[in-house]
Amino acid sequence: MSALRYLLKGGQILGGKAADLLIADGRIAEISASISDKDATVIELKGSIVLPGLVDLHTHLREPGREDSETVASASRAGAKGGFTALSAMANTSPVADTAGVVEQVYRLGQEAGFVDVFPIGAVTQGLHGEQLSEIGAMADSVARVRVFSDDGNCVFDPLVMRRALEYIKKFDGVIAQHAQEPRLTVGSQMNEGIISSKLGLKGWPAIAEEAIIARDVLLADHVQSRLHICHVTTAGGVEIIRWAKARGIQVTAEVTPHHLLLTDDLASSYDPVFKVNPPLRTSKDVMALREALADGTIDIVATDHAPHTNETKDCEWAEASFGMIGLETALSIVNKTMVGSGLMDWAAVADRMSTAPARIGRYSNHGQSLTVGSAAHITVINPTKSWVVDRDLVVSKSRNTPYHGYELPGLVTHTFFGGRATMLDSKVIDKVVQK
Amino acid sequence: MSCHTHFGYPQRPEVADIVTHASFNDPSCEVGKEIYMSVALSAQDISRALTRISHEILEKNHGSSDITVLGIPTRGAHLAARIAAIMSSIEGKDIAHGTLDITLYRDDLRLRAPRAIMPTSIPPTGIQGRDVILIDDVLYSGRTIRAALDALGEVGRPRTVQLAVLVDRGHRQLPIRADFVGKNLPTSEKQSIRVALTEIDGVDEVVIEGEAN
Amino acid sequence: MRHLLSINDLSAIDAIGILDTATELARINDGQVKKLPTLRGRTIVNLFAEDSTRTRISFEAAAKRLSADVINFSAKGSSLSKGESLKDTAQTLQAMGADAVVIRHSASGAAQRLADLEWMSGSVINAGDGTHEHPSQALLDAFTIRKHLGKGASDLTGLRVAIVGDVLHSRVARSNVLLLSMLGADVVLVAPPTLLPVGVESWPATISYDFDSVIPNVDAIMMLRVQQERMTDLFFPNSREYSRYFGLNSERMSAMAKHAIVMHPGPMNRGLEIAADVADSARSVIVEQVTNGVNVRMAILYVLLAGGPLEVGSN
Repeated sequence: MSALRYLLKGGQILGGKAADLLIADGRIAEISASISDKDATVIELKGSIVLPGLVDLHTHLREPGREDSETVASASRAGAKGGFTALSAMANTSPVADTAGVVEQVYRLGQEAGFVDVFPIGAVTQGLHGEQLSEIGAMADSVARVRVFSDDGNCVFDPLVMRRALEYIKKFDGVIAQHAQEPRLTVGSQMNEGIISSKLGLKGWPAIAEEAIIARDVLLADHVQSRLHICHVTTAGGVEIIRWAKARGIQVTAEVTPHHLLLTDDLASSYDPVFKVNPPLRTSKDVMALREALADGTIDIVATDHAPHTNETKDCEWAEASFGMIGLETALSIVNKTMVGSGLMDWAAVADRMSTAPARIGRYSNHGQSLTVGSAAHITVINPTKSWVVDRDLVVSKSRNTPYHGYELPGLVTHTFFGGRATMLDSKVIDKVVQK
Repeated sequence: MSCHTHFGYPQRPEVADIVTHASFNDPSCEVGKEIYMSVALSAQDISRALTRISHEILEKNHGSSDITVLGIPTRGAHLAARIAAIMSSIEGKDIAHGTLDITLYRDDLRLRAPRAIMPTSIPPTGIQGRDVILIDDVLYSGRTIRAALDALGEVGRPRTVQLAVLVDRGHRQLPIRADFVGKNLPTSEKQSIRVALTEIDGVDEVVIEGEAN
Repeated sequence: MRHLLSINDLSAIDAIGILDTATELARINDGQVKKLPTLRGRTIVNLFAEDSTRTRISFEAAAKRLSADVINFSAKGSSLSKGESLKDTAQTLQAMGADAVVIRHSASGAAQRLADLEWMSGSVINAGDGTHEHPSQALLDAFTIRKHLGKGASDLTGLRVAIVGDVLHSRVARSNVLLLSMLGADVVLVAPPTLLPVGVESWPATISYDFDSVIPNVDAIMMLRVQQERMTDLFFPNSREYSRYFGLNSERMSAMAKHAIVMHPGPMNRGLEIAADVADSARSVIVEQVTNGVNVRMAILYVLLAGGPLEVGSN
């Protein structure tokens, strides 16, 4: 590893005072008002915001099994483009990540790609079937050191299975990340159940199917004293339940996706499946409640739920299309638009929700250390004065299913550093030089 | 994502496309251009022409017993009703008359927005073996009459088809001619003829407007 | 390109224009003229990815009476049933040169996708997409109501129509609620609570769970087909209970206003939502709806295809 030195000059550290920051030997060597270093590459960052490297707790890397839509390598590059230095690989691959073998494979692929740390998530149940626990211990003790377990894509719907899982992971300092969707209430569901779905003739996905599972699981987590994380909260009702649970001291954390902070279900009126996602886009009332919850910490983190899909699975009628949107490359701009731009959060809070807190929940010890001297140099820079227009033909991800094509977003991520290596400079991803 | 424009389906044409008395003195008419407007037929001229045509039809057909008068909507239909009434008062008996809409048989449908279909009403005596007198207000290219012949062909087989028009303005594009003409009005193609009838426009007159050459 | 994907594509004037055109065409069809040259040289494709005999034949008859060429593409036994995508099917048909596509599909929004993505050029006419809309059915229903009850008016102001049955899954109900209310009628939806969608309160219609209280006060009753599968999906306990509360039997028919008519888009479940003797009674206009369907579909094809591109401000 070459000892590259970078001197980041004049950026606003965590959105606060402008300062210089020196990267050396993969670490943050110094932060002070004015640094000079003749060996360092100087990068002028006046007007930009310097954040700790973003950590995504919910990413679909599709490898192994669906490499036509994304691979660990392509997702890692997309992560670098979005300012991420850590991704969490969801387990719904093919084969499912329910054994040490699969998670170690994904972990190694991430290391080889070298753009981000890929932390594999292990399945809660074998094959995601919701019946038998998977080899949670083996995965926790593997090289991948899995701490987050999720059947995401599916809900752990059986209350007994959920109870056992919550109890079992206590031995491994784990957390169960639940995809809250009561299956009996969402058979064949296509979009949020409401006025729009009744007009469009699309089968509804009612909010209570999410809220009922959240309610059940926070009570279970309380009863067995274990850690619970709620993936992609989308409803105002869900927010209220989590707020209640936290007030009682229940160990629950929650995430919201960038698209649920911005988009609403009326977008389905075009029947364009780029807006088809699970859980679905909901109403503006829900969007407002989610933004307030993220601001006050009821929702702990932003997680992308980056879900790549090939063109054929989106270029068809709504009912036939896959659920999901990509989101790594637009996440920080969306959070800027919806939370910072609206005055609900400052950049220090963004750093908490998108770096510190996710790293804490996932137990990623090398990440989320904020910007402190001596910590690993995982750094993200965003220029809030520059806006950019999303073009689906120019995305770094292998898939093009972004709902923001043609939108202008405020705030451009310009630089990403992963352990001191520049993975993106001037908004261009820098591929590794292969060393023999 | 996409715009679905309303059809803009046309309502039945009413007064919008003709020049009324009021607009003759309309100061908002274009200034600085040589606009030629003149009244070619007054209300009295029209009345005399229709009376003459009615007599001519009866003369040529040796009475009214086998005649069916069919007007082409919109104004042709009103003229047909008038002619039938005149012939009826001359002969002292009812004259079979009705309307024949030719919209669905036009050869120029694709050139413009969809046109409203007007009523077609064939009298109970039908047209089979009868002398059909088609009535229209203006004969110009002849295409309307060609379409009317096609429409008639679907209804039955008349013994003869004859044509009476209020105005023949020349410039035929097909080998069609009128048997009975109210007035021949030679025009240039840059000019237009406006026919106003009391039933629709509140006044009877025929106006030529446009540049002479 | 002009399309008819939803009743929302029409203004009240457009809709009345279609009904008026259909009225004239009905007169022509009643006379000796069965074939008009208006759409000679045009090709219309019936893309029926979902089974339907009556709607397809209706559109086919309408197209042929206007001298258009018709290509029928139905799902069964075709490449569509073997997994070929709608897009590929559409592009294949496009290569054959279609001026219009009449599409019926089991997915809501399929017609709009066809129109928006321009996999085919030409007009797209929605003949029923999933549970979303069925505009030509609503137009023929409005035509039928106007003919019997309209008293010469151009629209349906002051008329009261009950739509009864599985509203939740009915594209006929959705299109009719939009069109009938646009034309000035009052619409009441009658159904068990399980068969009314969440969000129906926002529709331009009133709701009732009590069929008997509604019957004497309406001018037309439109019965919707109830599928047997709804019982296994827990929408109501069994057909006996459904018929008891929501079936139109002779007793209910005798409580109707003297002038009121009975309608059904077909196909009927005789004995479930409608009794056989009601379906065959003098009040029933169900068979006439089929004839009206051809005339209304001719009017739709005429308005969409006969003219050229719309000029702004054209009269």
